[in-house]
Amino acid sequence: MKSIKLGGTTKIPSVSFDYENGKLELKGRSIPENSVEFFQPLNDWIKKYGADPQPFTTFDVKLEYFNTSSSKCILDLFKTLESINGKGTEVNVNWYFESDDEDMEEAGEDYQEVITLDFKIIEVEEI
Amino acid sequence: MSLNSIYELYQTMERDNTIVSFRSAVTKELLTSVLNIMESKLDSFESSPKTRKKVYSVLVECLQNLYHHNDNLSLDNKENKINKYAYYSSILIISNPTGYYEIKTGNFIRNNKMKKLEERLDKINELNKEELRELYKSVLNKGQFSKKGTAGLGLMDIARKTGNKLDYGFLPIDDNFSFFCLNVKINK
Repeated sequence: MKSIKLGGTTKIPSVSFDYENGKLELKGRSIPENSVEFFQPLNDWIKKYGADPQPFTTFDVKLEYFNTSSSKCILDLFKTLESINGKGTEVNVNWYFESDDEDMEEAGEDYQEVITLDFKIIEVEEI
Repeated sequence: MSLNSIYELYQTMERDNTIVSFRSAVTKELLTSVLNIMESKLDSFESSPKTRKKVYSVLVECLQNLYHHNDNLSLDNKENKINKYAYYSSILIISNPTGYYEIKTGNFIRNNKMKKLEERLDKINELNKEELRELYKSVLNKGQFSKKGTAGLGLMDIARKTGNKLDYGFLPIDDNFSFFCLNVKINK
C-alpha cells in the first residue's frame, strides 16, 4: 500500500499518511471552500489501510485553523478510524493545540466527546 | 457622484478604522486575496496571537458564507437569464474600532429562504454557551453536507468563537429578494 505525502498550502494542510509506520498526520490549515474534495481521498485511504493495517496506528492532528466544512470531514476521518479500531490495529489520536488557543482546545474536546477512540489533547508552544 | 462623497466615504472609514472593504461577487480568488491581506495586516498591528486567530477564523466563515451564497445566486441566474442583483451580490467591511473588531457582511437572499435562515439565527441567539456547544456537536455528528458542501455549522461557529449574539437584519428589496445584513463583533 502506498503512503500519502502532500505539501500544505495556505488553505490545505500538509498530509503524511505513512503506511509502513502506521503514522498519519495532518498539519497546518484546513480552510478549503470544498473540503469534501480534499478529504475524500484521505478517507478512502484509511478504509483501504483498514484491510491490512499496522498493529498500532497513530493519527496526529496539528492544525492551526480549520473551517466548519473541514470540521465535518475531520470527524468522518475519525469515524473511519473508529470502524477499523480493534480489527488488527489499535488506533490512537493526538490532537495538538497551541497554548492560549482555547478555540482549538475546545474543538478537540468536542471530538473527544463524540468519538470513542483513544483521544489525547496535547498543548504545545507552536504547531 | 459628487467629489465630496469621496471624502465623506473616507471619513466614515476613518471613523470606523476600516481595514478592508469591498462590494463585489465573492469569487475564490477574491476570498483568498482578502484572507492574505488580512493575515498580513493582523500580523502587523494585532499583538495578541489569540485575537489574530479569532479574527482570522471568524473571517474565514464569513467569507465562505458569502462565497457559497454567491454560488447560489448564480444558479438562480441561470433560471432567470438575467438577474440584476447577481453582479453586486455582497458587501464586506472589516474594521477595527477601539477595543474590538467588526466584520459586517451583506448579501441578497431569496425571500423564500429568509424564514429558514431567520429561524436558525434566532435559535442560535437563544442558546447559552453550553447549549450552543451541544447543538454544534449534534449537527457535526448527525448533520449532512448540503449540495454546496456546506455543513450548516458556520453561523454557530461564529457565535461560539465570538461569544456574542449574532446581530442581523433583513431589508426587503422586492418580491423576490431581501438584503441580509450580519454584523459580527469580536472582542479583544
